[in-house]
Amino acid sequence: MNHCEGCNGCKIDEKLEKIAKKYKNVEGGIISALHEVQDTYGYISSTAQKYLSKELNVPMSEIYGIITFYSRFSLVPKGKYNIQVCMGTACYVKGSEKVLNRFKEKLGIKEGETTSDGKFSIESVRCIGACGLAPAIVINEEVYGKMDEKKVDELIEKYSKM
Amino acid sequence: MYRKKKMITLTIDSKQVTVPEGTTILEAARKIDIDIPTLCFLKEINEVGDCRMCLVEIEGVKGYKASCVYPVEEGLVVRTNTKDLIDTKRTILELLLSSHQKNCLTCVRSTNCRLQDLCRRFEIPDLEYEGQMPEADMDDSSECIVRNTAKCILCRRCVNVCKKVQGVSAIGNVNRGFNSKIGVALGMGMKDSTCVGCGQCVIHCPVGALVEKSNVGKLREALADKTKHVIIQTAPAVRATIGEEFGMPVGTLVTGKMVAALRRLGFDKIFDTDLGADMTIMEEATEFIERLNKGKNLPMITSCSSGWITFAEKFYPDLLNHLSSTKSPMEILGTLIKTYYAKKEGIDPKDIYSVALMPCSAKKAEIIRDELKLEGGIQAVDNVVTTREMARMLKEANIDLASLDDEEYDDPLGEATGAGHIFGTTGGVMEAALRSVSYILDGTEIKNVEFKQVRGTKGIKEAKINIAGKEHKIAVSQGLANASKILDEIREGKSPYSFVEIMTCPGGCINGGGQPIVDEYKASKIDVKALRAKALYKADKKAKHRKAHENQSVKKIYEDFIGKPNGKEAHRLLHTHYNKQEVYVEK
Amino acid sequence: MDIEKLNKIKDEYSKIIQKKRIMVCSGTGCTSSKSDVLLKNIQDKLEKDGIKNITAHKTGCFGFCAKGPIVVIDPDEIFYELVKPEDANDIVEAVINNKVVERLLVKENEKYVEKWHKLNFYSKQERIALKNCGKINPEKIEEYIALDGYQALYKALHMSRDEVIDVILNSGIRGRGGAGFPTGKKWKFAKEAKGDVKYVCCNADEGDPGAFMDRSILEGDPNAVLEAMAIAGYAIGAKQGYIYVRAEYPIAVKRLNIAIEQAKKLGLLGKNIFGKKFDFNIELRLGAGAFVCGEETALMNSIEGKRGEPRPRPPFPAVKGLFGKPTLLNNVETYANIPNIILKGANWYKSIGTKTSTGTKVFALGGNITNVGLVEVPMGTTLREIVYDIGGGIPEGKKFKAAQMGGPSGGCVPAKYLDVPIDYDSLNEIGAMMGSGGLIVMDDSKCMVDIAKFFLEFTVDESCGKCPPCRIGTKRMLEILTRITEGKGKDGDIEKLERLASNIKKASLCGLGQTAPNPVLSTLKYFRDEYEAHIYHKKCPAGVCKALTQVHIDEEKCKKCGICAKNCPVGAIEGQVGKVTFKINQDKCIKCGVCITKCPFKAISK
Repeated sequence: MNHCEGCNGCKIDEKLEKIAKKYKNVEGGIISALHEVQDTYGYISSTAQKYLSKELNVPMSEIYGIITFYSRFSLVPKGKYNIQVCMGTACYVKGSEKVLNRFKEKLGIKEGETTSDGKFSIESVRCIGACGLAPAIVINEEVYGKMDEKKVDELIEKYSKM
Repeated sequence: MYRKKKMITLTIDSKQVTVPEGTTILEAARKIDIDIPTLCFLKEINEVGDCRMCLVEIEGVKGYKASCVYPVEEGLVVRTNTKDLIDTKRTILELLLSSHQKNCLTCVRSTNCRLQDLCRRFEIPDLEYEGQMPEADMDDSSECIVRNTAKCILCRRCVNVCKKVQGVSAIGNVNRGFNSKIGVALGMGMKDSTCVGCGQCVIHCPVGALVEKSNVGKLREALADKTKHVIIQTAPAVRATIGEEFGMPVGTLVTGKMVAALRRLGFDKIFDTDLGADMTIMEEATEFIERLNKGKNLPMITSCSSGWITFAEKFYPDLLNHLSSTKSPMEILGTLIKTYYAKKEGIDPKDIYSVALMPCSAKKAEIIRDELKLEGGIQAVDNVVTTREMARMLKEANIDLASLDDEEYDDPLGEATGAGHIFGTTGGVMEAALRSVSYILDGTEIKNVEFKQVRGTKGIKEAKINIAGKEHKIAVSQGLANASKILDEIREGKSPYSFVEIMTCPGGCINGGGQPIVDEYKASKIDVKALRAKALYKADKKAKHRKAHENQSVKKIYEDFIGKPNGKEAHRLLHTHYNKQEVYVEK
Repeated sequence: MDIEKLNKIKDEYSKIIQKKRIMVCSGTGCTSSKSDVLLKNIQDKLEKDGIKNITAHKTGCFGFCAKGPIVVIDPDEIFYELVKPEDANDIVEAVINNKVVERLLVKENEKYVEKWHKLNFYSKQERIALKNCGKINPEKIEEYIALDGYQALYKALHMSRDEVIDVILNSGIRGRGGAGFPTGKKWKFAKEAKGDVKYVCCNADEGDPGAFMDRSILEGDPNAVLEAMAIAGYAIGAKQGYIYVRAEYPIAVKRLNIAIEQAKKLGLLGKNIFGKKFDFNIELRLGAGAFVCGEETALMNSIEGKRGEPRPRPPFPAVKGLFGKPTLLNNVETYANIPNIILKGANWYKSIGTKTSTGTKVFALGGNITNVGLVEVPMGTTLREIVYDIGGGIPEGKKFKAAQMGGPSGGCVPAKYLDVPIDYDSLNEIGAMMGSGGLIVMDDSKCMVDIAKFFLEFTVDESCGKCPPCRIGTKRMLEILTRITEGKGKDGDIEKLERLASNIKKASLCGLGQTAPNPVLSTLKYFRDEYEAHIYHKKCPAGVCKALTQVHIDEEKCKKCGICAKNCPVGAIEGQVGKVTFKINQDKCIKCGVCITKCPFKAISK
């Protein structure tokens, strides 16, 4: 097993090493490398950024600039269960903000963030067209309607066990 | 073989102009004093056509074109000031204003801001396009620089200076579209990045988005505190520039007026960093000779430029053994103030507030380094004030530097030679060292003290010198991207040099991050670096002594206090060491 | 590879593709409707029954997406619509017994139509760029060769480089990516540029929402693009080609990779092609979700591993493009036409279309139209022919309001211009543009202010952010438009929009900014009254903008059943079941429209 003692002595995953090696001498290869990292890990970690920066000789600020420019690259992994809280008008009027805040409170994360165990992530979205079920949320394509704070707690428990 | 450049004639606003091929329309216009407005343009550093303020109309070409990047062609007919062009540019300014933090009255760049200038030129009637502001960052994590993106106009000058000129790339372009901003990798602060604090970004920012970190408040308190003995030292490069802040022409030498102004401000003693520079030469030349004899850790590299030290610690930690261990002139003088001077005058070092007037923003980080702490954990220098900050302080206190009569520095730390003065310009440290090295080696005095081959604006200058019958190659580099070339060579074991001077800022300290900011258009008409350097060379020529070892005060300090250069006591007080610095460390 | 070998493959596979074959459309659209499962079922059935002389294959897009998944039985060209995976058995049985499955045929004018070229949808089409889509398995290069594939490359390599360029010039073909620049001229500039290293690029970053012409070509006939790029490489003096394809087209990426590998194996890409000392290689580079990378110089910056920000011109890419070298960039559809032009000649191509816009154009028909899909028509075909003859008209008996062409960079064509011939210049004259081919039809239920806002939202999101007019200007335009649709429009807003639009067009660095205001300008030109209604009368005539729409219960139709009130998410409807007519409290109403759908008596409307 080949492990590079990268910056700060952290161990580098084999897959990442392979990707860096593949694009080390390809002109403009940083974006192709980032694609593979994104596809492999679901996001581009700071470790991956630092390692690619060193191996492909691209400054960190440029890598960060590339990741934040292109929609496909993500700095954070989405959770196993991605919770989307609809903030369309119907849901908003019915208290979706309370629902959103309860999720944030219980999971300890903000919108656009993921829990440290990678299980849950929260984002607010525009109208999903389920106004009859307001306030509505979607968890990995399952729609849950008529949400309230009690239901938030129940759902978190349900998914935590899954 | 060089092909002779073809000359091209074109017409701009009905006036003809002939320029060599490759010239842009903007430069051709400037040649005939047509001032096409620009915001983002910075020659050779930022030629990007981003801000769209330099748009011109070209006959036969569809659409308006950015003149700062459009190369001239034979027979072009250009118009720069049609009604439509002016209306278009007015709208661009209105749009920029709509997403800009408009607190001009309290902004430190007011009256020296390119955006403000253009708004005055273009008569903006009402602010028509108010709307959402892009998200703003206030990053004051760094000791040296503060970034406020609420004022940023995204001209990208800072990004390109940091990347191309310095090879540091601490900041970059982040996000896309309306939420674009300038930021640091991983969303961190400047402090955690590769930033070396040089402030080149600050002096090239056309607006107030980048400023130096100011601790002037503490200085005011110290000056008002009767129990404190407040001492200030002045860097070589400030005497050549502080006059500009008081309306004097670029390149006016104002040493005496500067001292007089500082005295009026209430400093108890005014010393000269240039004396520290003279001592630096004594220590460093001795160190160099020792390394030559041992044949180890060569080439030796100068260590007075703070930005360069941080750069070495972050980018080339494997080459730290090449750095001279001599402290910077500022730190040497600060150390002497709190030891030699304090002892001599019987003052408790804790009651001394030691200030340094510097052309540099990186020095603000240098003074808090652990490696530079003196006995009892005190700092040799307590506060660094830039040329710009001091000018403001003087004006606040109703002191008009330009109208004062010359005054002298105080003893025992006020005497300096011409060698010390020229530290402030690229090649100066090397030249100063060359004036003394043969004397230190075997007492030989050289007749010709001017080494013209290390002067000037070339990125890397080389020269051959003779020391003890042997020929050595030396190099002088300015701007850190140039330094990288030399350092990469050293890393590969291919360096032909014995001694290298590295200065962070292009031109040296005269163009430092703390110096007066000269508007880009004004700077295109005069050679700012050359004029400021000339002032220092003038000071050198006028000086009583021109070689560091001729400084009588320095001689006394060695006799009475330090002993021998590079000796035990010298090492204890006047030398330091360096450590690798980690970057982008996550908490 | 030499010509004898190529012809041998051609003969062998010509016979193969003449056999009985079941062709299952495997474009992204049909695949998401399970055409891959359908194909597997058919193949399983054939295997189970031990049938060796009939085979089933993937093929490219037929364009009649409204009827997908599509199956065609070759060589008889029998066209089956809306095929489900369960229909596999019936189809196979029918082929074995030389019969047809009538229920799967398209019915037109009360009669079943068997051959797909006889369908109304195809009657006015002329498939040149799409000629192989639906006829071959795109993952088998030999089938492409069977239909004259790589013959054009061979022919070109035996002409001089100038001769090749002359053919392209004389054909009159103009860039299909939207700008319509004469392709031959572009090739000429690139050839004349000085330099040993040159590049050929293909812009496959089709970003216009609603456009999928390039996707279909890449999925259905990737070799046409490869061959064309090699011809271009020869003509301009380049050895390396890059195809910049968006990552959101995984099937296209897969098929391109397969095609490149197969071409390399046969020596049609690589070194010394056809023994003419001509080397040419092609690599893929993936887009990463930035519409602006469809802009020429932004695309090049992206290949260079940078943010996709456009560059000022001059220098032009033909002189200083990718990696600072002379570069030729063309669109996928442009390339797809090249092999045909080389083989059949400039005069043939010129005979199609109009004088200044020769050849055909592929359009992606979408929106409020019966026959949603991909069509290829000769230039000069009128919008009326496309919408009504090919497109089948507007469904639900609604009226044609406008056609949006050119996506977020384009303008709308109102009903009064239905008879405008579609070509570059005629469209420019009426303030519209050809665009890359997206053609969204809108009926009278659409609000043109809302449509303009939709496109502007897209542009604001996709602006690279480099220059103030686009970065800030489009955002300010969007803010004004949003206010207007929310009922907060002010007197002077239209003039502000026009002034901003005009200056953004003039001052922007690249095509994205320069064309971003077009949807607004175009809708203002032809539908100014709608804007004025929003601003001055606080009304949305089409009933789309929620803030300006009111939902009303027709008192006479109301039967007091109370279903609406029960379903209202915000309790805005008051009344008494059986006793009092229900009424909507306009202050509470959020215009979600649930009551409208729930009312059994259709008593509620906007």
